[in-house]
Amino acid sequence: MKLGSKKSSTLRINSISPSANLALNIFFTVYCILCLAPLILIFMVSITEQTSLVVNGYSFFPSKISFDAYKYLFSDLGKLFRCYGITIFTCVVGTFFCVLFTMLYAYPISRKSFKYRNFFAFFIFFTMLFQGGLVPWYILYTKYLRLQNNLIALIMPAVMNAFYVLVTKTFFSINIPDSVLEAARIDGASEFRIFWQIVIPMSTPVIATIALFSCLNYWNDWYLCLLYINDPKYYNLQYSMYQALRSLQFLTSSLASASGNVSSSLANVPGETLRMAMAIIGIGPIVFAYPFFQRYFIKGLTIGAVKG
Amino acid sequence: MPASVNITPETNIVTETEPNKKPIWKRSKFLKELSTNKALFLMLLPPFILVFVNYYLPMFGVIIAFKNFNYVDGFFRSPWAGFQNFRFLFMSDAAWRITRNTILYNLAFIVFGLIFALLFALALNELRSRFAAKVYQSVIFLPYFLSWVVVAYLVLAFLDPNGFYNKTLTKVLHLPEIEWYSSPQYWPFILILVNLWKNVGYGIVIYTSGIAGIDPEYYEAAVLDGASKLQQIRYITIPFLVPFMIVTTIINLGNIFRSDFGLFYQVPMQQGLLSPTTEVLDTYIYKALIMTGDLGMSSAAGLYQSVVGFFTVLLANWAVGKISPENRMF
Repeated sequence: MKLGSKKSSTLRINSISPSANLALNIFFTVYCILCLAPLILIFMVSITEQTSLVVNGYSFFPSKISFDAYKYLFSDLGKLFRCYGITIFTCVVGTFFCVLFTMLYAYPISRKSFKYRNFFAFFIFFTMLFQGGLVPWYILYTKYLRLQNNLIALIMPAVMNAFYVLVTKTFFSINIPDSVLEAARIDGASEFRIFWQIVIPMSTPVIATIALFSCLNYWNDWYLCLLYINDPKYYNLQYSMYQALRSLQFLTSSLASASGNVSSSLANVPGETLRMAMAIIGIGPIVFAYPFFQRYFIKGLTIGAVKG
Repeated sequence: MPASVNITPETNIVTETEPNKKPIWKRSKFLKELSTNKALFLMLLPPFILVFVNYYLPMFGVIIAFKNFNYVDGFFRSPWAGFQNFRFLFMSDAAWRITRNTILYNLAFIVFGLIFALLFALALNELRSRFAAKVYQSVIFLPYFLSWVVVAYLVLAFLDPNGFYNKTLTKVLHLPEIEWYSSPQYWPFILILVNLWKNVGYGIVIYTSGIAGIDPEYYEAAVLDGASKLQQIRYITIPFLVPFMIVTTIINLGNIFRSDFGLFYQVPMQQGLLSPTTEVLDTYIYKALIMTGDLGMSSAAGLYQSVVGFFTVLLANWAVGKISPENRMF
């Protein structure tokens, strides 16, 4: 939306020639089709009939259409709802705490009257420079906090993020003038009241940005599940997709000689189309929500780009 | 334990106040601030504890790399191992391979990411139809929002033995069939391409906002002087974006020791045959920890990554400070 919006109308003469414009348009159209092609391909595979898939391979134009894979997936609705439920739960709870904690941390360190603001700002900033790495973190969560197979392990690690805090802090110090806070204090408002009734209502743009970033982060997470969850009850959506990718890959690979009972029970399953149907079900919400949230996301990125 | 930590760093803010017994006077300053700004401290407390647990406890935990860690004895009672873990790590051929892969991939991502994002942003900016530019930008940005699991699916649909390449493209274009998932030589290209496809939209947004910040008067003056479109890009747009490009590049160079775990873990689908060209520090650390359970190697590699990464970030920040001080991170 920001593209050249500042150009004045007198500059209309200063645009590229129609032929160059056409060439660029053709180029971008082709590139956009290439961007979308993989998504279209897996959708097409998911509605191809399994036998024709084996004969013809993956194709954009299936010779025989069948919705068996979706029927099969929806026959086990409980499982599907469960992994969706886990993802939605972590998304909602995680985003709530992420926004709340980010605000709670960013507000004091944006206050010039707060003596230790530099210490606390550095405390969070330092986590961007140096991390303990995977091993101590993993041992802390599994051995000492005992969070294996616990939904807290899917939420807690992503709640605090130094980048969000610094963006929010910058937003506060630019957009919330000291005079407003001072006036409220003279009127006798407590710090908490100022925070809830003045600071929060004034920071909706940054709240929306952080919430969007955080929500996407939780929605797309499979890494925390990979590390801390091994009970299928708690698999989230992305991790279930990852499992579907792996286990069917295991079954189709020539190395899969062990565990014959598994392969026999899955022999009549629409294997590869099923896998792609699972992918479509996982991607669906993002693709449908995309047109609505992407411009807020772009706006948010430019808030952050001001200075982190 | 966490709550007491915020006392120590402040104690060095020493001023000559009235004589009192030392410990109390050292604390009193902090306590005074604590009572005047009670609410602010209360606000800070929950997120502070979370940051301490999630980020600072593991920082102390890097000591594990110098221990012969086992789960029974835990962090405190496992026997010391000195530099043994590091000796094993650097004597193995893995250390060189994963370091080389991490650095080369990151360099490729930085160079191609910069070039393509810049070219796309410049071209989008010149399109006559604003609406078309917005649509293209949105479509190119879409892959950025997909998770790496989804990307692994998309790549598989093309490269599977039964996939689009081996079943359709080979027939149409008369190409040889290729077992992609057991041919490591192709993977540098595949991973660079996939990373570019996923992330170029992000770069375009950043550069587009940079271009939008240029004062249109420069272009008006250039038009009056008869400058062509390419000349305007060459002498106005690019010079305006140069400081920005330098800063982004240096920051990315600072992160050259860190890699995107999802890209290297999900997209090659953990095929062992591909590891010579797809294994990077992060995947090595993960595999050593979870799959082979080699905690010594894993923690040594982790500390190696953290420490070298810390110094590259510091170096990058110093370099940014030299070139454009206002963009320094700290």
